[in-house]
Amino acid sequence: MNYPEDYYYTKDHEWIKVQGNTGIIGITDYAQKQLGDIVYVELPDEGQVFEAGEPIGSIESVKTVAEIYCPVSGEIIEVNEKVAAEPELINTDAHKSGWLVKIKIKDKSELEDLLDADEYQELIEEEE
Amino acid sequence: MEGKLKKTSLYNEHIKLNAKIIEFAGYLMPVQYESIIEEHLAVRNNAGIFDVSHMGEIWIKGFNATEWLNKIVSNDIKKMQIYQAQYNAMLYPEGTVVDDLLVYKFNEQEYMLCVNAANIQKDYDWLKEHQEKDIEIQNKSDEYSQLAIQGPKAEEILKPLINIPINEIRYYRFAIGEVIGKKAIISRTGYTGEDGFELYISNEDAISVWQGIIERGKNYQLKPAGLAARDSLRLEAGMLLYGNDMDNTTTALEAGLDWIIKFEKENFIGKEALMNQKNEGLKRKLIGFELLEAGIARHSYTIVDEEGKNIGFVSSGTFSPFLKKSIGMAYVPIEFTKPDTEILIDIRGKVRKAKVVSLPFYSRRKKIF
Repeated sequence: MNYPEDYYYTKDHEWIKVQGNTGIIGITDYAQKQLGDIVYVELPDEGQVFEAGEPIGSIESVKTVAEIYCPVSGEIIEVNEKVAAEPELINTDAHKSGWLVKIKIKDKSELEDLLDADEYQELIEEEE
Repeated sequence: MEGKLKKTSLYNEHIKLNAKIIEFAGYLMPVQYESIIEEHLAVRNNAGIFDVSHMGEIWIKGFNATEWLNKIVSNDIKKMQIYQAQYNAMLYPEGTVVDDLLVYKFNEQEYMLCVNAANIQKDYDWLKEHQEKDIEIQNKSDEYSQLAIQGPKAEEILKPLINIPINEIRYYRFAIGEVIGKKAIISRTGYTGEDGFELYISNEDAISVWQGIIERGKNYQLKPAGLAARDSLRLEAGMLLYGNDMDNTTTALEAGLDWIIKFEKENFIGKEALMNQKNEGLKRKLIGFELLEAGIARHSYTIVDEEGKNIGFVSSGTFSPFLKKSIGMAYVPIEFTKPDTEILIDIRGKVRKAKVVSLPFYSRRKKIF
């Protein structure tokens, strides 16, 4: 699996793609594999504000539930309604159409605390 | 501790198929191969094959085997034909459950009990505790492997592999024959709610029989299926799991096992306690439920009333791939047991609405013989 070079990653297996001051957030392909068949997603509302590391929702699979943690501080500006209706999109396309929320980034310097694609791949190789 | 865990004869086959392995009842078992939902739907639509070698097989032999065993179990084995299998239960004097099991009648002097993997030693000890002269009790669990082939295509897949006419083995009957030339007890039973077979074979033959069936099943979309799919299938079919839906704290009546309790039998362990409970009326009962909101209600989640007071608990829960809903079983006070009654379930701090539904959630069309 190729982890997109232009994404940032967290140790909790979220990714964030930055476009200007906006970020698109999702969970990684590794995370969806660990979860198995995803059946429900709980997402925040537009307008909600979070700090980096705060839980913003959860993903429930047949066998378990996992929290989604916010990679950077900011305000939720869009929620992926399609994924809420078809949670299996996260299993089939975690890095693109399985995106979860869009966020207005409060402080871009927080991105420096995140992992790049190479560092993330190292992390998951160690976990396996 | 890994050193103490057992492996079935098919362990390496599961590794070859990239199964995710978990510990279950002291065994290293495949929980899933690819996707739980895909394995589940494969069984509903085509067929799936399960390694259930961890289950126990205890033999009862003796001149008075029938009389003796009928005092130990709740269902009436005197009503059984030879080569019939019967769903049954062993109860404590309090009417609570030692185990649920299948009784196989070979003849009036010989029975095999197929028991839950987690209860093999407990069941054996329980039987020994009640042993009488001339009754032989043998734990042969380590001598047998067991495969379950379940689904609408199970019969078609197995037909040419079995040396006897498979359509003559009716539901809840068994035969002694050969599968791919290997000696087997072949029963038309299962834990999925589909048509299917369970094969009891020797450990030495397990790999070749497994491989032979998988090969044959390729043209029928037969999939290997793990314990996770086994659980969601049985739950959809309204079948109980010992340890979740019943145990030594729930009586057979509370667990809804009325249909396998034969009060007309002269005597069986637990009869008196159950009669008393029946006369007094149940205070709680196991029901099926369907969530009306998002989320999965899992084992041990609490059922609450409108004030948030704890009034019951979820015994089993999962997402039903066939119904595309969250379903489960729970113990609730008797006044909440009517179908369509709304109940509230605390799912990780949030109270979600559910409604009581009749079991089973899913039922296949019955084949007419």
